[in-house]
Amino acid sequence: MELKDKLLASFMAFENKGNIDLDSDVHDLRIKAIENFEKLGFPTKKNEEWKYTSLNPILKYDYSVFPSLDNNVELKDIKKYFLHEIESYRIVFVDGVYSSFLSDTTHEEADVCILSAALKKPKYKMIIDHYFDKITSKNDSLSSLNTAFSKEGAFINIPKNTILEKPIQVLFFSTGSEKELMLNPRNLIIVGENSHVQIYERHQNLNKNKILTNCVTEIFAHKRAIVNYYKVQNDKNNASIIDHTYIQQKEGSIASVNTFTFGGKLTRNNINVYHEGEHITTNLNGITIIEGKQHVDNHTIINHKHENCESHELYKGIYDDSASGVFNGKVIVDKKAQKTNAFQQNDNILVGDKASINAKPQLEIFADDVKCSHGCTIGQIDKNAIFYMQSRGIPIKEAKALLLFAFGNEVINKVKIPALKSRIFKLIAEKLKVDMGFEI
Amino acid sequence: MLSIKNLHAGIEGKEILRGINLEIRPGEVHAIMGPNGSGKSTLSSVIAGNETYEIFEGEITLDGKNILDLSPDERAHKGIFLSFQYPIEIPGVTTTNFIKTAINAKRKAQGLEDLPAKDMLKMIREKAELLKMDRKFLSRSLNEGFSGGEKKRNEIFQMAMLEPKLAILDETDSGLDIDALKVVANGVNKLRNKDNATIVITHYQRLLDYIIPDYVHVLHNGKIIKSGGKELAHELEAKGYDWLK
Ligand SMILES: Nc1ncnc2c1ncn2[C@@H]1O[C@H](COP(=O)(O)OP(=O)(O)O)[C@@H](O)[C@H]1O
Ligand SMILES: [Mg+2]
Repeated sequence: MELKDKLLASFMAFENKGNIDLDSDVHDLRIKAIENFEKLGFPTKKNEEWKYTSLNPILKYDYSVFPSLDNNVELKDIKKYFLHEIESYRIVFVDGVYSSFLSDTTHEEADVCILSAALKKPKYKMIIDHYFDKITSKNDSLSSLNTAFSKEGAFINIPKNTILEKPIQVLFFSTGSEKELMLNPRNLIIVGENSHVQIYERHQNLNKNKILTNCVTEIFAHKRAIVNYYKVQNDKNNASIIDHTYIQQKEGSIASVNTFTFGGKLTRNNINVYHEGEHITTNLNGITIIEGKQHVDNHTIINHKHENCESHELYKGIYDDSASGVFNGKVIVDKKAQKTNAFQQNDNILVGDKASINAKPQLEIFADDVKCSHGCTIGQIDKNAIFYMQSRGIPIKEAKALLLFAFGNEVINKVKIPALKSRIFKLIAEKLKVDMGFEI
Repeated sequence: MLSIKNLHAGIEGKEILRGINLEIRPGEVHAIMGPNGSGKSTLSSVIAGNETYEIFEGEITLDGKNILDLSPDERAHKGIFLSFQYPIEIPGVTTTNFIKTAINAKRKAQGLEDLPAKDMLKMIREKAELLKMDRKFLSRSLNEGFSGGEKKRNEIFQMAMLEPKLAILDETDSGLDIDALKVVANGVNKLRNKDNATIVITHYQRLLDYIIPDYVHVLHNGKIIKSGGKELAHELEAKGYDWLK
């Protein structure tokens, strides 16, 4: 059976599995979503947005959407994937199921908990009705697929005037005790007026089996809210992720998404940002360092709809072996979005002879009084620089690593959680196979 | 110390160095002069181990040991230092961090621990002082946006930090005004001792008024066509290269 048909069939079973909010409005959303997925199907390379990323290699498996619940993951197995050295809230899922034993949630200063609970408890009904599935794209079949199967993920609801000192870690582990598993985690994040939050998200396969994660996160940043979001993607070569992040920003808010991609078979990041007010700032940054046959596709869309807003995008990529990358950054500036500042830069280094990158900036500007720019560079490691460094006694591997590290440093410096920053330094050193401290 | 015998080297099959012989003993300063394109930078690159160049024939030994099979970093660990004619800009890596990495790489190769941060800082301060270097350059990306003269001064600063056995200064004087030239030459002279040696490559004899060579060699068309004492430099200054051809 084709995966699509299997998923359509599974939907019935999913709804009948019980313990799910069949009488809520969300149920209707799921029905609409599965119909939408049925109509649209999986995107193919004929779709302009998927021209350089083929899902065929990861759709050929017989994924189950019903993980068995008898995994026995212990803290020691997963400790290295989260920031255990700092105080934080933690929401941990194993094979799509919440693990209260590995988590550390709260309802005190804010709700840092899980979606399944929010969908069921009457006290959250208004919030769910108001926010859930309100900014996802209905033209995106994969987002619809996620909505159809949405039942679990992080639910973060921060009231106004709340500065959450502790970062929130949202961690998804898969054990693949099933042979091939598809996960559809769904996160809903609401940040009230004047509130601040830092969120670290990671998806990690712990086992040998194939995992496909199709994740959707909706983020609502109210007036003057500050959201710093970090995604670390360093999964195994048997795991792929399609990650959709939808962000709605209100007046004066600042939303930053930093994506660090160092592993995984196929990684597709869609980030869609909608401005709903003036004086909004959006920062999207990313570093990709991949090798082998890994593929990373960063697709961003920023919708400037109001005056006096700005967006800054900085994506850097280092591609070794026959790794391939895509950067597609769309910036839409509406007619009334005068005085918009929108900057976009995408820099790449191809280390491997067979590595490749497809970069496509798309500026659609309908206002006249704006400052918009985009730039894209593709380079190789500078042989002269390597010789220069070697001539001073720095071995070739370290010389390359230092150059590549320096190349990416600008993005790493945007990380505001020191423990995460040094974690990223370490991951990069590991990735570049050197044993050196980069902290400059 | 350094011995070059019948060295033929070039690029993509094209011969640039066509039979070089050179013998350098500890404590000596050798000047290599010669017109543009005669192969001076190629020679220094080949000694330092730049793999862009092919060796067709001949040998280079350091203290009796063949170095042609060594990588540039291994040669650096053995004490060879090349001050580049055109120093490379390394964006994102500060001078301080770069030199720290270089020193600790050398120590690692020698089986030593990293130099303690305190000692490193002290040494950086001393050597920067010796070269009258503006400290702000230490925390800037290496060579990025430096003027020609600042780059050359930075090269000699690195040399002072690394204390090489054999230093090759490729046109270190170009880009330096007379005051800077004196400072840099003074730095080089301070680093000289009976165990190390220097090769000074230059167009003009100006630098040789400050770094006094024991020998002067004229390189032309990939060959050393004349060698002599320091008076040869004056002769070249007066007559140009043509009388030698
Ligand atoms: N990387 C290179 N590629 C091609 N030709 C080179 C290269 N390096 C040097 N040459 C050639 O070799 C000759 C000597 O160059 P060079 O060693 O730079 O001379 P000098 O330093 O004496 O001015 C010149 O003809 C130059 O064009
Ligand atoms: Mg030259």
